[in-house]
Amino acid sequence: MGISHLAILGAHPDVEVVGVCDTSKMMIDAIEKYSGFPCYTDYLKMLDNARPEAVFVAVPTKFHAKMVEELLRRDIHVFTEKPFCLNPEEGNTLVALAKQKKLINQVGYHNKFVGTFQEVKRIVDGGWLGEIYHFQGQAYGPVVINPKQETWRSKPEDGGGCLMDYASHVIDLINYILAPVTSVKASMLKSIFSKDVDDAVYAMLELSNKVTGLLTVNWSDDTIRKMSTSITVNAKKGKLISDANELKVYFKDNNCPEGYSRGWNIKHVTDLTDDVAFYLRGEEYSAQIDYFVKAIQGIVPNNINNFESAWLTDRAISLIRKEDTLVHG
Amino acid sequence: MDRILFGDNQFFAVNHISDEKSMAQSIRFKDDQAIVKTLDYAIEAGVNTFMCTTHDRISNICEVIRENPEKYRHFKIFPCMPYAHKYANAVTELGIAGTLKQYVPGNFVGSLFKGGLAFLSKDYTAIMELLIDAEMKMFKGIYTPVIFLQNVITDLLLGLKMSEVLVTFHDYVAKKYNAEAGFITMNLPMLLNVLDVAGIKNPIVCSSINKAGFRMSGGKQVYEETLRTRKFRAIAMQVLAGGAVSPREAIEYVCGLPNIESILFGASSRNNINETVSLINNFDQKALKTAI
Repeated sequence: MGISHLAILGAHPDVEVVGVCDTSKMMIDAIEKYSGFPCYTDYLKMLDNARPEAVFVAVPTKFHAKMVEELLRRDIHVFTEKPFCLNPEEGNTLVALAKQKKLINQVGYHNKFVGTFQEVKRIVDGGWLGEIYHFQGQAYGPVVINPKQETWRSKPEDGGGCLMDYASHVIDLINYILAPVTSVKASMLKSIFSKDVDDAVYAMLELSNKVTGLLTVNWSDDTIRKMSTSITVNAKKGKLISDANELKVYFKDNNCPEGYSRGWNIKHVTDLTDDVAFYLRGEEYSAQIDYFVKAIQGIVPNNINNFESAWLTDRAISLIRKEDTLVHG
Repeated sequence: MDRILFGDNQFFAVNHISDEKSMAQSIRFKDDQAIVKTLDYAIEAGVNTFMCTTHDRISNICEVIRENPEKYRHFKIFPCMPYAHKYANAVTELGIAGTLKQYVPGNFVGSLFKGGLAFLSKDYTAIMELLIDAEMKMFKGIYTPVIFLQNVITDLLLGLKMSEVLVTFHDYVAKKYNAEAGFITMNLPMLLNVLDVAGIKNPIVCSSINKAGFRMSGGKQVYEETLRTRKFRAIAMQVLAGGAVSPREAIEYVCGLPNIESILFGASSRNNINETVSLINNFDQKALKTAI
C-alpha cells in the first residue's frame, strides 16, 4: 500500500483519498478505524466503487505491469513505485498505452527531487565541467545484513534483489544526469547474505553519448545508517562528487556557474532544497507526489520520472543481468 | 523544561549535511565512554537534560547514570520514541506483522494473528502501550518528565489523520509514567491545529526552527506567526540548520523569537558545547534587557 505515500497524500490540500487497498487485514483495519479512509482488500473492487482519478501503486514489483495496465485501460493516471516493471518487455506496452491515452504517468525515483542532485544536473547540462570522461554511481546501506531474511525482496521472481532495488535508483540517476545506459561491458551480481538474489552489483557501463563509468552498489553494508547514494563525475574542466546531502565540485578555472568559483566548492542540501507543504522522511518524497498532482492539474509537464524514463532504467537493469560474468563467465 | 536541552544525533551518526561527517561521528562515538564523556561536558556547561532516541546504545548510558546517582542527581532524560530505523529496517526484513511479533513483548501479537478475526480498537491501543513500555524499559529508575513521539511517527499519523493515536500516546505516558507527552514534528502549524481539535491543550512540541527556514514546512513566516499567536510549549531544534547558518547568527535568531521555551542542540566537542551554551545565555540576557 505505501503508508508514507498515503500520509503525504492525506496531507495534500488538492488530494482527496477515495480508497486505500492492502492485503494485510491488520493494516487495512487500522486505517479504516483511525483514518476513516474507505478501505478495500481487492483493488478491482476499489476501482469499481471509488472511481479514482489517479492511483498510487506501491506493491511488489511483480504486480506492477498487471495493475498499471488495468489502471491505464480504465483511463486512470498512475504513479507507480520503482522499479517500473520486472523487465523492459513488460514496460514497453505500458509506455505506449499511457502515451496513447494521454494519461499522466510517473515512477517513484525520488532522487530527481533531491536538491543536490538537481544542482548536479544543472551543472552537467550547462556544460560547466567540459568533456566528461568517467563517472561512478554508488549506493550503500543496510537492507540485508544477515542470512535469515525472507520477504518478497529476497525472491528473484517477485522483483527482489539489490539490482532491482538500490541499484535501480543509481542507474536512474545516471540516466537522468548524464545519459541513458545503452551498453554494459561487464557486471558482477553478488550474493552476500541472500540465498537467491544479489546483495551487491558491480558493473561497467556505457551511455548513449559513449561516456563510460562504474556502478558500485551494496545493500548489505551496515556501516551506513541509511541508504547513501552518490555520483562522481570526472571531466576535463572539473570534477564533481555529490550525495543527497552534500555537493562538492571542483572547477579548473573561473568559467563556472554563478555562485561558484575556481577550485573546490561545497553546497549543502539545506541551501538547495525548496520548501514543501508537508514533510515526511525527506522533502523529495513530498515533492515527487506534488509534481504528480501538478502534472494532472496541467501545471507542470509530465517529463520527470515518466514511464519512458523508468523504462530506460529497466532496460539498463536487464543489460546488467545479461552481462553478469559470475553467471555467464 | 530547562532552557537548554542536549540532543543525541551526533552520537548516532545522524548528520543532515554530510555523509562523511556522519561516518566520522560513528568512529568518534564508537565506545559508550565517549558518549558519557560528552554528556559530562554538557553537564559541566550547565545543561542537565538529555533528549535522546530510544537507540539500543542509550540503555548502556542509562546504566552509567544509574550507577552514579550522586553525579547525575539533577540529570533528566527526555526519551524520544521510537528509534525509527530499528523498526523501518525490521519492517523491510520481516513485514509489519513480523516486526510487531519481534518487538511487542509476550505472545500478544502472535495470538492476535492466529485469531484471524477483525482487530478491535482496544487491540491497537494495547499494542501501542506494549511498544511504549518496551521502549521505556531502558529508562527504569531515571527521571523522564517528558516523553516524545519522534517526528517520523507524529507526522505519519498526522498525514494519515490518526489524531486519536496521538491522544492515546499522550494519555498513556501521563497515566503510566507520570510524564508529559511531547511531539516532535516537521509540520508545526498543521500539528497544532490537529492537537487542538483532538483536545490536547498547550502541548509540548519540538520542531525545526532556524534562520534558514530549513525543514519548516509551510515556510518560516508561518512558523514565526505560529509562535506569536498559538498557545503551546515550543522547543526549537535544528537551530543551526545543519550548518547553513553561523552559530552566532543562528542562536541570535532563535533567542529573539517569542515563546520558545527550550532550545535543543547537539555537539561532539567540549568547545562547541561551551560555545553554543554561552551564545544562548548571552542572547537570552540581551533579549531580557531589551524587554525590560
